[in-house]
Amino acid sequence: MAKSQSASLDRKKLMADPIMMTTIVLLVAFLTIFILYPLAILLVDSFISDNGLTLDIFKRVMALSNFRRAITNTLKVGFLVGIASALIGLLFAYVEVYVKLRTRFMEGLFKAVSMLPVVSPPFVLSLSMIMLFGKAGIITRFLLKIYDNSVYGFWGIAIVQTLTFFPVCYMMLKGLLKNIDPSLEEAARDMGASRFKVFMTVTLPLILPGLGNAFLVTFIESIADFANPMIIGGSYDTLATTIYLQITGAYDKEGAAAMAVVLLAITLVMFIVQKYYLEAKSTATLSGKASRERMLITDKSVTIPLTILCSALAIFVILMYICVPFGAMFKTWGYDFHLTFKWFGQVFTKYKGLKAFKDSFVLSLISAPITALLSMIISYLVVKRNFKTKGFIEAVSMLAMAVPGTVLGIGYIRGFSGGLFGTGILQGLYGTGAILVIVFIVRSLPTGTRSGISALRQIDKSIEESAYDMGADSLKVFMTVTLPLIKDSFLSGFVTSFVRSITAISAIILLVTPSYLLITVQINEFAEKGSFGIACAFATILIIITYSSVILMNIVMKYFGTSRKVNLEEN
Amino acid sequence: MAKEKKGVRLEHISKIYKDPKTGKDFYAVKDQNLEIEPGSFVTLLGPSGCGKTTTLRMIAGFESPDEGEIYLGGEPINALTPNKRDTAMVFQSYALLPHYNIFDNVAYGLKLRKMDSETIKKKVTDILALVGLEGMENRMTNQLSGGQQQRVALARALVIEPGVLLFDEPLSNLDAKLRVSMRTEIRRIQQEAGITAVYVTHDQSEAMAISDKVIIMNKGIVEQVATPQEAYYYPNNKFVADFIGECNFLKAKVTGQDMVEIGGTAVKCATGSLSAGADCDVVLRPEGATLSDMGAIKGKVDYSCFMGAYQDYHIRIGESVIKIQDYNPKNKKIYKVGDEVYLNFEDNTLYAL
Repeated sequence: MAKSQSASLDRKKLMADPIMMTTIVLLVAFLTIFILYPLAILLVDSFISDNGLTLDIFKRVMALSNFRRAITNTLKVGFLVGIASALIGLLFAYVEVYVKLRTRFMEGLFKAVSMLPVVSPPFVLSLSMIMLFGKAGIITRFLLKIYDNSVYGFWGIAIVQTLTFFPVCYMMLKGLLKNIDPSLEEAARDMGASRFKVFMTVTLPLILPGLGNAFLVTFIESIADFANPMIIGGSYDTLATTIYLQITGAYDKEGAAAMAVVLLAITLVMFIVQKYYLEAKSTATLSGKASRERMLITDKSVTIPLTILCSALAIFVILMYICVPFGAMFKTWGYDFHLTFKWFGQVFTKYKGLKAFKDSFVLSLISAPITALLSMIISYLVVKRNFKTKGFIEAVSMLAMAVPGTVLGIGYIRGFSGGLFGTGILQGLYGTGAILVIVFIVRSLPTGTRSGISALRQIDKSIEESAYDMGADSLKVFMTVTLPLIKDSFLSGFVTSFVRSITAISAIILLVTPSYLLITVQINEFAEKGSFGIACAFATILIIITYSSVILMNIVMKYFGTSRKVNLEEN
Repeated sequence: MAKEKKGVRLEHISKIYKDPKTGKDFYAVKDQNLEIEPGSFVTLLGPSGCGKTTTLRMIAGFESPDEGEIYLGGEPINALTPNKRDTAMVFQSYALLPHYNIFDNVAYGLKLRKMDSETIKKKVTDILALVGLEGMENRMTNQLSGGQQQRVALARALVIEPGVLLFDEPLSNLDAKLRVSMRTEIRRIQQEAGITAVYVTHDQSEAMAISDKVIIMNKGIVEQVATPQEAYYYPNNKFVADFIGECNFLKAKVTGQDMVEIGGTAVKCATGSLSAGADCDVVLRPEGATLSDMGAIKGKVDYSCFMGAYQDYHIRIGESVIKIQDYNPKNKKIYKVGDEVYLNFEDNTLYAL
C-alpha cells in the first residue's frame, strides 16, 4: 500500500492554488526567521565557541553564584505563585459557578477582577504594592505606623504575581466547572454525601487535571515574568532579571545566551507537560455539556463566608489598581496628600510623554491588525486545511507561548544585531521600529491563534467546503466565509494584541533604541529611580488607553459582531 | 437546464487511510470501477464506514485517490481542486453560509462566475421557484426549518448548473416523514433539471425510491451495481441480500435447472449459474411466502404479532427461524404461537445464492 499518489495529487492541488501556496511559504519563513532562528542562535551561542562544541560557557555561568541563586529563587517563586493562584482561582470560580451571588455589586466585583489584569500593564501591582506597603506605604506607615517595612524580595514578588495571575486561573477553572454535569453531584448528594464530601469526591477529582493545568500555566507566567521582579525584587534576582543584567550590565552575551537557554528549557518542559498531557486530560474528563442548570447553593452558612472572603480579596485587588491614579495625583506620595496635576504635567513637559505615547501607540497599532490577521490565517490553515507543513506551523506558533520575553529579546539581539548568522542579511532591521513591531507580533501570536482555533472549531467544516465546492478559491473562501464568521474573534485578537503590545516590556526593553521612547520602558525607569509620581502618571494614562480600547471593542462587537446575529449551528 | 450532462467514470480507484488506533494503513475504498451514465441518478449505498462518502468526496475533489483516475465528462480530473471541478455538492449539514440570506446563499456560486446581477436575480428566482421557496429570498438561514434549509442547499448546488450533482446523506438530519417527501422531491427536481446525480445514503429504502442504479458497498469494496429491482430480487451475495430489505436464508441443494431441495422438499427456485448438486442458500423475502394448513414445508409458529399491514410471524423449521410477513391479514386465518403451519412460496420469489 502506498499513499504516494494522493500525496502527489494533494501537492499538485496545492500548487494550483498560488495564493495558498504563497501564504504557506511566507508563514513558514516568518515563523522560522523570527521564532525558531533566534532560539537556535542561542543554542549556537551557548554551545559553540572558537574551538567547536563546548560546555565551557555553561560551566562558567553555572559557577556564578548569583545565577545558581536565581534558578532556585525563580523556581521557589514560581511554585508558590502557581499553587496560590490556582487555589484562589478555584475559590473564585467555585463561588461564581456554585454559589448564589445575590447582588449586582458582587457580579461587578468578579467582572472587574477578571478584567483588570488584562488591561493593565504588567507591573502596576508592583508599583502599588510599594506605595501601599513599602517604607512610605500608606498602609504600613500611616495606618500601622511601621516605618521600616520592606516589601522588596521574595514575598513582594510572590504576592504581586499571585494577584496578577490568579484571574487567569479563575477564568480557566470557571470554564471547566461550568462543564460539569450537575446531575453527577446531585447523584452523590442523593446517595447521602454532604456538600463538602461531594466537593472532595466528585467535583475536585473531576477538575484535578484542570487545576494542574492552571498551576503550570501560572508557573510558566511567573518564571517568565520580568517586570515585577525588576521593580519589587530588590536584591532578590530571578532568572529573567539576572539574564537582563548579564547582558545590559556585564555585556556578557554568551553568558546571557546560556542563561536564556536554561530559562527556556524550564519553561519548555513545563509547557510540553501542560499542553500535551494536562490540557488533553482536563478536557477529556470534562467534554460533556451540562445537561441543565445547576441548583445554586443558597445555604447561608456557605454563602456568607465565601462571599466575604471573595469580596475582601477582590476589593483588595481593585484597591491596588486604584492606588495608581492616586499615586499620580498626590503631591508627594507618603508625605503630602494634596491633589495635584503636576506629575501629569511633567510627563508631557519634562519627560517627552507625548513622544512615548505616540511611539508606543503607533507601533502597537501597526502590529495589532497584522497579528490578528496572521493568527486568523494560521487558525484557518490549521483547522480547515490539510497540507504538509501544517504541523510545523501549528507547533511553532504555539511554541512562542512558552518562550519568555527576555529569552526572545536575547535571541533577537544575538540573531539580528549582525544580520542573519552574522552575514549582515536583515541587519537593517536591528534597532528599527520594524523589529519592535515583529516582537509585538510574535509575542501576541499564540494567544490570537489559540482563540482563532477555538472559534473555528465551532464552525462546521462543510461550510467552507461548500464555498470551495461552488468554485471559490482559498482567498475567496477565507475572505467571504471564514473571516465574516469569526469576526468577533478577529476583533478581540486585534484588541488583545494591541493591549499586550502597548503593555509589553520584557523583550522590548532589550531591543529598544534611544530613537524610540516606549511607555512601559519609561514607567520601569522611573519606578526604578523611585519617582513614583511620574511612573504612576504614565501608568494611569496607559491604563486609560487600554481600558478604552477594550470598551471600544465591546461596543463594536455589540453592533457589528457576527455571533449575536448569526446563530451558528453546532453539529 | 444543465449546460451539459456529464458522466462520471472511476477507474481502479483506491483510497488508503491510517487507522488512528492501530496506526496501520487500510483501504477505505479498494479498486473501485464505476461508470455513471450522464443524466442518471446513482446511489452509493452501504453501512457506515463502507467508503461511500469517501468515494463521493474523491469525486468532489476534497480527497485525492491513492490509485486510479477519476473522469468527469471524459476528462481526467484527479489533479483538479474542488473549485475547478464541474461538480456541486449538497452537504449532510446543509452547510449554508450563516451570515448570508437565502438569496445571497444561492447567488454565491453565480457571483463567483462573474455573472451580471440581472442574470443572477433571474436564475436565483427561477431556482427558488423550482425547489418551492419563492419569496423567501430575504430570510436568514436560521429562520428556516430543516427541510427548507435542505431546499436552499439543493437550489444553491443546482443553480450553477454543474455537470454532476453530489449528495452526501442530505436527508439524514430530517425527521422520518419529511425524509420521505423530500426524497421524492429531489428525484422530481433531478428529472426536471435533467442532471447527473450521485447520492450517498445508508438508508436502503431511500436508495430504492430515488435511484436509477444503486451501488452497494461494503468495507471499501463494491458488492453490486444494479437497478433497485435487480438488487432486491437477484442479489449478488448474502451481504447485498441482507442489506437491501429483510431476508431469510434457507440451506438448500441444487437439484436441477431452477430446482432446489429444501429439507427434502423439492421447490422451484431461480438458480442462476449454480450447477446441480451444489449447496446453496435460498433467499426468501418475508413477503415471499404465505402460511396455510397444508403445503410444501412444515413449521411451528414461534411468534405472531399484528402489525396493521401484515401479520408478523417467526416460523421455526428444524433449527432455523424464518421471518414471514403475511400481508392483508384481515381476510386470512391468523396462527397463534405453537400452531403448526405450512409455508407456501409464491412463484418467482426464491433466488439461490
